[in-house]
Amino acid sequence: MLKTVYDKIWDNHLVYSYDDKHPSLIYIDRHFIHEVTSPQAFDGLRMYNRKVRKPALTFATVDHNVPTTNRSLPMVDEISSLQIKTLQKNCQDFGITLFDINDQYQGIVHVIGPELGLTLPGTTIVCGDSHTSTHGAFGALAFGIGTSEVEHVLATQCLWMKKAKNFEIILNNTLKNDLAISAKDVILSIIKNIGTSGGSGSVIEYRGSFISNLSMEKRMTICNMSIEAGARAGLVSPDEVTFNYLRDKPYSPKNESFERLLNEWRELRSDNNAKYDQSILLNVDNVIPQVTWGTNPAMTIDVTSTIPNPDEYAKGNEEEKKSAVRALEYMDLIPGIPITDISIDRVFIGSCTNARLEDLIEASIIVKDKKVSPNVKAMVVPGSQQVKLSAEKLGLDTIFMNAGFEWRESGCSMCLGMNPDILSPGERCASTSNRNFEGRQGTGGRTHLVSPVMAAAAAIVGKFVDVREWI
Amino acid sequence: MEPFSNLKSKPVPLDIVNVDTDQIIPKQFLKLLGKTGYGKYLFYNWRYDENGNAKPDFILNLSEFEGRTILLTREHFGIGSSREHAVWAIKDFGFKAILGTSFADIFYNNCFKNGILVVKLDKDKIDHIFLEKTNKNIEIDLLNQTIKIDSDIYNFDIDSTLKSYLMEGVDEISTTLKFENAIEKYEIDNDPLIFN
Repeated sequence: MLKTVYDKIWDNHLVYSYDDKHPSLIYIDRHFIHEVTSPQAFDGLRMYNRKVRKPALTFATVDHNVPTTNRSLPMVDEISSLQIKTLQKNCQDFGITLFDINDQYQGIVHVIGPELGLTLPGTTIVCGDSHTSTHGAFGALAFGIGTSEVEHVLATQCLWMKKAKNFEIILNNTLKNDLAISAKDVILSIIKNIGTSGGSGSVIEYRGSFISNLSMEKRMTICNMSIEAGARAGLVSPDEVTFNYLRDKPYSPKNESFERLLNEWRELRSDNNAKYDQSILLNVDNVIPQVTWGTNPAMTIDVTSTIPNPDEYAKGNEEEKKSAVRALEYMDLIPGIPITDISIDRVFIGSCTNARLEDLIEASIIVKDKKVSPNVKAMVVPGSQQVKLSAEKLGLDTIFMNAGFEWRESGCSMCLGMNPDILSPGERCASTSNRNFEGRQGTGGRTHLVSPVMAAAAAIVGKFVDVREWI
Repeated sequence: MEPFSNLKSKPVPLDIVNVDTDQIIPKQFLKLLGKTGYGKYLFYNWRYDENGNAKPDFILNLSEFEGRTILLTREHFGIGSSREHAVWAIKDFGFKAILGTSFADIFYNNCFKNGILVVKLDKDKIDHIFLEKTNKNIEIDLLNQTIKIDSDIYNFDIDSTLKSYLMEGVDEISTTLKFENAIEKYEIDNDPLIFN
């Protein structure tokens, strides 16, 4: 039978299966945990006197609430500090590897997994965080879980699941300007087209010539936001780009084991003519820079467009129309205004979507020898300590700081504002993160999702600009 | 987990689509280390103004809806972050069931892990309840998978495993640990420890 990459990974991980109507027991190869969604899971283990089944398969880091300012100073937020100390104790008690706050490998969990070579093709990967879909870029089945499931995986190294549907998104052709237009614009366009639940109940496989020619970092940006389309996971069949990325990563298999695995990994890609439950095609040569205007990621427009009126957006759906009216009110926007007329107060370049080295290099090209608008406060938060170090070796820190950006320590930071990096009420932010929900970056804050180069250009001008005019 | 028993309550109608988990429980309340005490933060930014005063027009602040245990929602409820705190807040507030058209996958799973029944009905039925039945008692019979409002009876689908978990209040980990032999065999046949 012809199989998709998802079918193959699924079949390879079946521990126990009744039939299609019941959930199957699936083995989990990698479990990432962080300070916010794990404490209750360890409490549960203690309550029943259970141990962690395979401590060597779980990796922990602190990312959600860590400060991104000077880490030699004590943490101001005592509650966050307690969550971090709790994770330290849990990892120690249960024998789990922790990349702690001052570790060279600390960073956003979805940035460090791949860069350390922990994320491998054909594996199943879970984390108590919805953006776990990022790891799917390596041809892994990776998805977010709740804390009860975190506890379940710790105790059993397995999860009960029903198989999801196969959804292929074929991305063909090339971008018209591959610096000004990016993977972020492609995934925002997809979400705009299929909506926040378009991928519900499915695993999305991104295919086509555009994907084949894309770097691992950009594939991660696309898979990362699969959850914003409601998908259970997003993935890409692994290929030579994947394998080359993984060679010589700190934890990736070495020498003969790597070569042996390569043979297995090469068999993983979806079979030609494998069957998909749903299929859409997007020619990326039509994609131009995107900016979100509303309070969910499907509320996205081309940078050349005006703020839509609710009728135009809702296409006859009354509830969606109400939602658009509400979003316009929250965002303080009026239909008909060009998005490039909108002034911003803050710029955030960071998050598991767009804080890897390529993202920072591209943004730095835009800001080099320019100055951040006097009305804008801008910051760069590298995705990990390794990203930060590599960027500093290239002198990117100097470029950003000379332009007036703050250059911070790694973490989730203002993507969700659990640490002190938040918007004030009413502030408007051009952000490279993944969610523009009400209050996401700070109560009353207004988020516009964009690519790193779009955010960088907005920082310089103080308004959204069509970055294609610059490069 | 306590077994789910049949339920009879008027609903709290939350007439908003695409409700994300950041709205259900904002991030500043994810710092507790337990599973209880989140109810007072449920829909915090919609429920309270910047000074912490209850907003008089938000539905959870209206006295006529107090004590109701069924949350009535619209399409795409629970999208976004996987935070189980959203379900802990809904449960801690006193809701026992959620009725709606569609739910995000992770949120849906999280509800059942905490004994919250999620019932999906077709849009026309949900529209009808929003229009005419928000002050009527809704009777949910999980065993027979029916919802009764006045003389209307609707059947609903639910996965049989999730249903039995709710009905019996099963601890899922104990169930899985009975598959110890199968898990061990998998680990011997495969090598999940593929490191350097």
